[in-house]
Amino acid sequence: MANPSDSSTPRGEAFVWFTGLGLIIGLGMVVGLLSLVILNGVTVFWAPQVPMAQVDDGRTIIGQLAQRRIRAGTPAGEPRYELQYQVGLRELNGNSYLWVDEARIKGETFPADVLGLERVENGPAFVRPQSLRKSDGRVVSATDAAFEDAFQAEVASAAVVRAKLVEISRHRIGDVNGEMDKARVALRRAEDLRLVEEIAALRKQIAGLDERFAALQAEAKKVVEDGAVASLVSKDASGREVVVPLTQVIRGWFPNRLDTWGRVKLFGSRLAEFVFDEPREANTEGGLMPAIFGTLVMTVFMSLLVTPFGVITAIYLREYAHQGALLRIVRISVNNLAGVPSIVFGVFGLGFFVYVLGGSIDRLFFADQLKYNNNTPVFGTGGLLWCSLTLALMTLPVVIVATEEALASVPRGMREASLATGASKWQTIRDILLPASAPGILTGVILAMARGAGEVAPLMLVGVVKLAPTLPFDGSAPFLHMDRKFMHLGFHVYDLGFQSPDSDAARPMVFATTLLLIILVVCLNIGAIWIRNRLRARFKGASF
Amino acid sequence: MSQIMNPPSSSRIKVRPAAEREGRKDYISIRDFGFWYGEKKALDAISLDIPERQVVAFIGPSGCGKSTLLRNLNRMNDLVDGIRHEGDITINGRSIYDPGLEVISLRRRVGMVFQKSNPFPKSIFENVVYALRVVGVRDRAVLEEACETSLRKAALWDEVKDRLNDSALGLSGGQMQRLCIARAIANRPEILLMDEPCSALDPIATGKIEELIHELKEQFTIVIVTHSMQQAARVSDRTAFFYLGKQIEYDTTEKIFMNPSQAQTEAYISGRFG
Repeated sequence: MANPSDSSTPRGEAFVWFTGLGLIIGLGMVVGLLSLVILNGVTVFWAPQVPMAQVDDGRTIIGQLAQRRIRAGTPAGEPRYELQYQVGLRELNGNSYLWVDEARIKGETFPADVLGLERVENGPAFVRPQSLRKSDGRVVSATDAAFEDAFQAEVASAAVVRAKLVEISRHRIGDVNGEMDKARVALRRAEDLRLVEEIAALRKQIAGLDERFAALQAEAKKVVEDGAVASLVSKDASGREVVVPLTQVIRGWFPNRLDTWGRVKLFGSRLAEFVFDEPREANTEGGLMPAIFGTLVMTVFMSLLVTPFGVITAIYLREYAHQGALLRIVRISVNNLAGVPSIVFGVFGLGFFVYVLGGSIDRLFFADQLKYNNNTPVFGTGGLLWCSLTLALMTLPVVIVATEEALASVPRGMREASLATGASKWQTIRDILLPASAPGILTGVILAMARGAGEVAPLMLVGVVKLAPTLPFDGSAPFLHMDRKFMHLGFHVYDLGFQSPDSDAARPMVFATTLLLIILVVCLNIGAIWIRNRLRARFKGASF
Repeated sequence: MSQIMNPPSSSRIKVRPAAEREGRKDYISIRDFGFWYGEKKALDAISLDIPERQVVAFIGPSGCGKSTLLRNLNRMNDLVDGIRHEGDITINGRSIYDPGLEVISLRRRVGMVFQKSNPFPKSIFENVVYALRVVGVRDRAVLEEACETSLRKAALWDEVKDRLNDSALGLSGGQMQRLCIARAIANRPEILLMDEPCSALDPIATGKIEELIHELKEQFTIVIVTHSMQQAARVSDRTAFFYLGKQIEYDTTEKIFMNPSQAQTEAYISGRFG
């Protein structure tokens, strides 16, 4: 009988392939996910050539190709495709997007004079310009060589007018409104308490604010009238005349005339708008600055809350508590907390933080506000503070476990050396153990941040909104408004993808926003890893 | 050494007059000392006196309890769960288990050097003055003087004086161990415990540390655990031989090595077992 260990086929080698397969599948999924998101996310901002297509029913279409897909119901062997064009001009066409059977397209040309317009309202437009009526009243024909320069100059001056309007309507009128709200609440309180002198003063203040409000409105109106002179006359694909006032135009480009450098510049300009501007058109256009800012601020606050709390807890568990059965139960519970579905934390946050804690804060410190402002809550509703706290609670186990492990891995010799010199337990923890375990603690914080930044479900319950009128941080005291609702990239993806009225227009933005969210999380992580490596460098060469 | 180096610690014993310093014979006194790790008895009925400012070596095969006894002298064994002791240990007449005596103040008087050098991941300077920092010394001049004095005593000053702010982890093994000695004596303890301080060092570093022990005994009472018979013979005034948790013989080093009264001691010293 053969010795089983003598077998000529090496046993167990198959498991190398088996385990390798696991890695390959995992890597494949990561690479696939990233390339899908990056490809779809980046191409959103690239301006391709825009065709003019002749359909066999006599229609002419000018539009940017958005999708190509197999028509439903065609046999598998000989698929027929249909194309989706983004034709824009929603006010004329009813819909920005149009499906056409590929077989019915007779021919495509790329006329050089096709002009793409991004507009403040009604989405984009693809037209063939006829003439431009400039602000000074002169008319430039589209065939004129100076047309393009004149057009871009008018677009630029329109942008200045729009910026002025935003400054007036958003900021200055917003400030007046804020003061007005405060004055009205104070007036109601004064009337209720019959404080005669205060009533008079407040009435005078409100009258003054009313005047300022009216003056600002008049100023805004004048800016609009002064700037609304220039307009562009053009024809759409089917020859209808389209007149677009230039105050409506954010950006115009000739997609079939641009050289590569021009396209790169356009790409950069769109990307900058995406990152630094505020959203337009039900979030399907414009930028994401409020959402980026909100995500960033919330994640930072969450880390600031969870780190000290988690570290202190772990120090107690590891260094002070008696290592017995009770501690084992506590440890198991903490670990299990990490596995609780995040929406449960959202429910807890709403029920405890928002209603109980926030409600108590309102009753204690904002009683007047509640009484004289129609019971409008301040902290008793979702907000930045409660979101940060809820996520801090959710990520607490991660930090506790990482800190405990980091403390446990500090060499015994270091602990003994410190105690042997006569240091107390706390001095040993503070001066020796915590510095030595800082890299490990930071690893936990990185994991917590990565989990917290991408979390959506609990935030929907405790303070994230689709569109926040104000940032949580601004110029009015106390500058940081922890009670405010805010926008969040993760929620933004959900909102665009599933709640948007125009799903075709939202589709590219979903990918772009997802990409941005991934980049943001990666940046936060790289920052934390950089700090951790700097700390590790201090322990380089340790021979414990 | 200047008086400013004395940290503000109420528990410190005052500097005694020279006459008395010349020789308390039972400076450390261990009486009928037994010790358990859980159910396992590690030490049994140990009784020995360690005179002031002498070097006493503990020898014996691995697991004989010599390190356990050493670690009881500054109560480092308190870190272990489930320990128990009987009998008593007194230092200068006062029990180290006196409930009124804080273990922290005991450890400030009894410095310790470990088998594996264990510098903190801090600068050389911060390593040396750590014991002063924990008692709240802030004065930079005091710290600097203590650092220089300790490093000179540990025969390390000339090697590191130009890089006091470099990380201690960049030193060589022998330098690290001498740094640990400097750290242990910076706060001027009265007793220095050394737990196989040379076991991880090459012969040159070992020689330096042995020279150091000779010099340090002018000021400190030193208890050293060693596996090297030659080392015990070279550095110590008195030697205790332990076997299986029992104290077999304790006498002057000369007597132990030249004319041991117990057969087990002779067998161990001559290398026939252990």
